[in-house]
Amino acid sequence: MAMLLEVFKHLFKKRATLMYPFGDREKIPVPEGLRGKISFNRDLCIGCGLCARFCPSGAAELVEDEKGKRPIFHIDRCLFCAQCEEVCPRKAITLTKTFEIAGFDRSNLVVK
Amino acid sequence: MSFSSSYERFFDIPIGPQHPALKEPILLRLIVEGEHVVAADVDVSYTHRGVERAMQERNYIQNIYLAERICGICNVAHTLCYCQNIEGLYDVEIPSRALYIRVLVEELARIHSHLLWLGVAAHEIGFDTLFMYIWRDRERVMDLIEEITGNRVTSAINTIGGVRRDIKPETCDRCLKAMDYLEERIKYYKKVCEIDPTVIARCAGVGILKPKDAIRLCAVGPTLRASNIKNDVRADDPYAVHDEVPFNVIVYDTNDTLARVLVRIDEMLESINMVRYCIEHMPSGPVRVRLKLSPPVGEHLSRVEAPRGELIHYVKSNGTEKPERYKVRTPTFGNIPALCEMLTSKGDYVVNIADVPIAFASIDPCLSCTARVVMLDREKEKLWVGSLDRLRRWRGWG
Ligand code: SF4
Ligand code: SF4
Repeated sequence: MAMLLEVFKHLFKKRATLMYPFGDREKIPVPEGLRGKISFNRDLCIGCGLCARFCPSGAAELVEDEKGKRPIFHIDRCLFCAQCEEVCPRKAITLTKTFEIAGFDRSNLVVK
Repeated sequence: MSFSSSYERFFDIPIGPQHPALKEPILLRLIVEGEHVVAADVDVSYTHRGVERAMQERNYIQNIYLAERICGICNVAHTLCYCQNIEGLYDVEIPSRALYIRVLVEELARIHSHLLWLGVAAHEIGFDTLFMYIWRDRERVMDLIEEITGNRVTSAINTIGGVRRDIKPETCDRCLKAMDYLEERIKYYKKVCEIDPTVIARCAGVGILKPKDAIRLCAVGPTLRASNIKNDVRADDPYAVHDEVPFNVIVYDTNDTLARVLVRIDEMLESINMVRYCIEHMPSGPVRVRLKLSPPVGEHLSRVEAPRGELIHYVKSNGTEKPERYKVRTPTFGNIPALCEMLTSKGDYVVNIADVPIAFASIDPCLSCTARVVMLDREKEKLWVGSLDRLRRWRGWG
């Protein structure tokens, strides 16, 4: 009962719910520094393996390619903790603001 | 024992582990006589995840993120406790700006956790309007945490040696503005909880825990403070900068669920003032010291006042980069015996089956962080829990 007045007032106010994903996509506040999908720069990486050593969930995996050792990132295992970004001595890894990463196929969820 | 009901037979009602009224798997065994609960038994061991064992297999940095996932809602309390614990092994001074940021984020997380609980409690008593409004306002805190730390829930802000991000001046301004808004809203919710007949009818006199029982059963956190016992780790054993940031320990003396609601609401108001104090008095300087990956040999214990009560972490290090033993005591674990007491009718005090959900919710249970191991010898049919001494000498199973 104590909330009747409050509820009545809200009849004339803007809706608080964002209609995401059917609308309001641009209204979602995405702050600077959000820890989202990883982006990786192969040219900077020296293959030291620190990212794989400190990754808590085994999302960063060290593999071999034509230029030597390098990590690949399995986003489906990633916790978005940014520990890899923090330890990388060459700043090859950045966590971007992309947060819509759901998918139907795990092979799309690998960042190379 | 005499019961006020006229029924003569006892029924044993198991609620859970899968039940529409429970959000987490727990087995609540109620012995009822008619409508009245005469005894309650709780089994929380459906979500054992082996976190302590897993910690022994990961290095100290990886363990920060594992500790964070012991509980999603109190993740800041867990990382704070973990990091303090490991820092205790090194014997280092943490920069004071880092400590201020830790307290700031800890208090924001407390506001978010209490608002979440208040919403759940409102939902539990069927007052969904209140639930919706509270959760709308909770978004303000979530947005702030996201802005400061980079994620809404798992903040990953604390690290061994300080914090991982500095806080920007414009974030501080936005934080102060949000605090003004929240203060007004929380005061309004306090008024609603004090005068609304639905809230009073469902909460007052329900789930009574007498002060002497609260002490005897080692209740913690808001559950204990609602039984009029002044006990708060932040005040009794100050960590981080809690010895500098002023606040009052809130107690209420009605010992019931309504007292637990009001304790949490008043704690939020205290937290808002602490956030303001932290922002206004934040010193400048570095936010982190770099430490070696392997701490020295030793053991350490650290306590933190999580939103649900006293949280204890213990570590034993053998000088390698992985802990030899890690132990966590979460607040819900401390409150389970008190919960059984609340659910037991005694003399004039009767517990109706309909009161069980809100009495249960009133300790703010968080079960997935609580499940623990007991050792069981199948041949001898013996069940035991390890002693502290045995844990110290722990070398593996068997
Ligand atoms: S963000 Fe964390 S979990 Fe994800 S790849 Fe980096 S270290 Fe691993
Ligand atoms: S830490 Fe950086 S440089 Fe080292 S392997 Fe990983 S991405 Fe490459």
